[in-house]
Amino acid sequence: MSQRPSVIRQTILTPIVLIAALLVMAALTYYFGSRAFNRTAVEMFINIMIVVGLYAFVGNSGLLSFGHISFMCLGAYMTAWLTIPPVMKSITLKGLPVWLLHTQLPMWIATPISGFFAALIALIIGRIIMRLSGIAASIATFGLLGVVNNIYSNWDSVTGGQGSIVGIPPTMNVWTGWIGAAVAIVIAYLYAISRSGLALRATRDEAVAASASGIDIVRERLIAFVVSAFIIGLAGALYAHFLSIVNPGSFYLRTTFVTLSMLVVGGMYSLTGAVVGVVAMSVLIELFRNLEKGVSFGSHTVALPNGVQEIAIGIITIVILMYLPTGLTRNLEFRWRGWPLQRRLQRPAQTALKELN
Amino acid sequence: MTAVLQIVFDALSLGSLYALGALGIALIFGVMRLVNFAHGDFIAFCVFAMLWPSTDAAAIVFAGQLPSYLLIPLLLLIGAALSVLSELIVFRRFRNTNPATMMIASFALGFVIRHLLLMLYSSRPKSVTLWPSLGLPVEFLGAHIPMLQVVTIIITLIVLATLVLFLKRTRYGLEMRAAAENFTMARMLGVRANGVILLAFAISGMLAAAIGLILATNSGTADIGMGANVMLIAFIATVIGGLGSIPGAVAAGFLIGAASVVFQATLPHDARVFRDAFVYGAVIVVLLVRPQGLFAPKSAKQRV
Repeated sequence: MSQRPSVIRQTILTPIVLIAALLVMAALTYYFGSRAFNRTAVEMFINIMIVVGLYAFVGNSGLLSFGHISFMCLGAYMTAWLTIPPVMKSITLKGLPVWLLHTQLPMWIATPISGFFAALIALIIGRIIMRLSGIAASIATFGLLGVVNNIYSNWDSVTGGQGSIVGIPPTMNVWTGWIGAAVAIVIAYLYAISRSGLALRATRDEAVAASASGIDIVRERLIAFVVSAFIIGLAGALYAHFLSIVNPGSFYLRTTFVTLSMLVVGGMYSLTGAVVGVVAMSVLIELFRNLEKGVSFGSHTVALPNGVQEIAIGIITIVILMYLPTGLTRNLEFRWRGWPLQRRLQRPAQTALKELN
Repeated sequence: MTAVLQIVFDALSLGSLYALGALGIALIFGVMRLVNFAHGDFIAFCVFAMLWPSTDAAAIVFAGQLPSYLLIPLLLLIGAALSVLSELIVFRRFRNTNPATMMIASFALGFVIRHLLLMLYSSRPKSVTLWPSLGLPVEFLGAHIPMLQVVTIIITLIVLATLVLFLKRTRYGLEMRAAAENFTMARMLGVRANGVILLAFAISGMLAAAIGLILATNSGTADIGMGANVMLIAFIATVIGGLGSIPGAVAAGFLIGAASVVFQATLPHDARVFRDAFVYGAVIVVLLVRPQGLFAPKSAKQRV
């Protein structure tokens, strides 16, 4: 008997419950939320896409990546090149190739193309980075972030340099945001239960034993890297359609940190954790944003100084890492019944020692 | 000939900066396998410590007015104190956790420091004038070399020599090298873990302060992001040098500095803004040939 149907049956609940919960949030926001709240919700859905994309790589491989936001940058600029009306492009982005200058695609075609573009670049870069060992690979992804930022903020004729590109059709609302998040969750889920996903998690938990069982670590990592770059490329494209402007500054350290801390707060190794982390942190960010604007007690208005939001996020991340190193979900998936996949053997204490030395 | 000499000095001084940065990161990595993403923000913190907190455009110089024989020790002390404090408050609790967790913790700490500075000083770059006389050029074999470059190179050489003496000739240096080689074994043989780690953090913080001083003198401004670029290259240097190898990190720092300057001098004018991308491209080529780094220590090989 084949094993695969049973894996699906045991785990299918997680994505269904997550997508349904997000649908409820989207519906509540659409019918009851203010305009500003709707924008916050769309931002949250886009963040869910990014963090779920991060999870597809970080969660399955156990390698930290600081470079994934550059795929967001690639996706966002790609969709900008494809969807801005040719008249505007010929003024601001003179350096584009002629065929691209005259193209204008609708958002629903441009977005998948952006995802594939990010995935293609990930395939090329990943072949190099994935050969490195754990920590070195993480640092190399940091270098990737630097390269992409350097190129996109200086290639004036194609990316508009440090300034912003305007004129991307703003076509996002809560529903498109929800669809994006659902697609991201489905892709990440399908990857996680695929042969490659299972193999990669085996290498994460016991690299030596896994490679002794014939798993090609570099290859599986590369597959996960490409899949997650695709998801994040999509997220970048939707982000561009959400703001309708792009500039390289929004795809750098701050976004990298905020999304990573969302993943860590939720639980790095679980899909549920990725989603829970984003929702929890979004609530916190919104709370602090309002506190910075000021809260009135009777006649007095008390406002926190600007910047408290970021400091609080940083401190909360550190505290959660200290006391709940496995995140809010303790790296478990959502379940009603026991989920056999989670009954893994405890990681032997030796692994911790090995990493130390 | 003079042009070549100019390039050599540019390369050496930029390389010195990167080498000092890589050294600060490699020291801490050696003793506790922590990749300290907060290092760049330590550098920025030390620069801003010279200014009085205010969000005005004109900087109010505070400690920066002190005579240099007081200012330099004070800044080194601030750097060391910040670094040691971060170990005591944050990193101590992450010992024995996996490297990924520590990386995120340090990233979070850096983020907090950066936004604390932003809150106190605003994001506008401020001008700081330190030792303007160092900007004057000196004649050297027909080439005009800024005094600061010469000073930077000399300082780096002195720091490196002192550190080598410290690591090779003193008891604490021996303990630190033993800890970098095999931390568990070193502890079992009587090396005090806390002492060695605190010492590594203190030295790393002082190196950050030194980089901050050089950067501030060189650019004449204090900017929140000024440490991040050096830090990024310093990270790359530690990877190229072979993670865990201190001499490797220093050598790779000089190498990357040299590569940057050579690219700057030889690339066509239009491509110069992409210098960093070219440098990283060169780095990738090196890693393709030697994924474990140029000077990988024997102990870095994972044992089963």
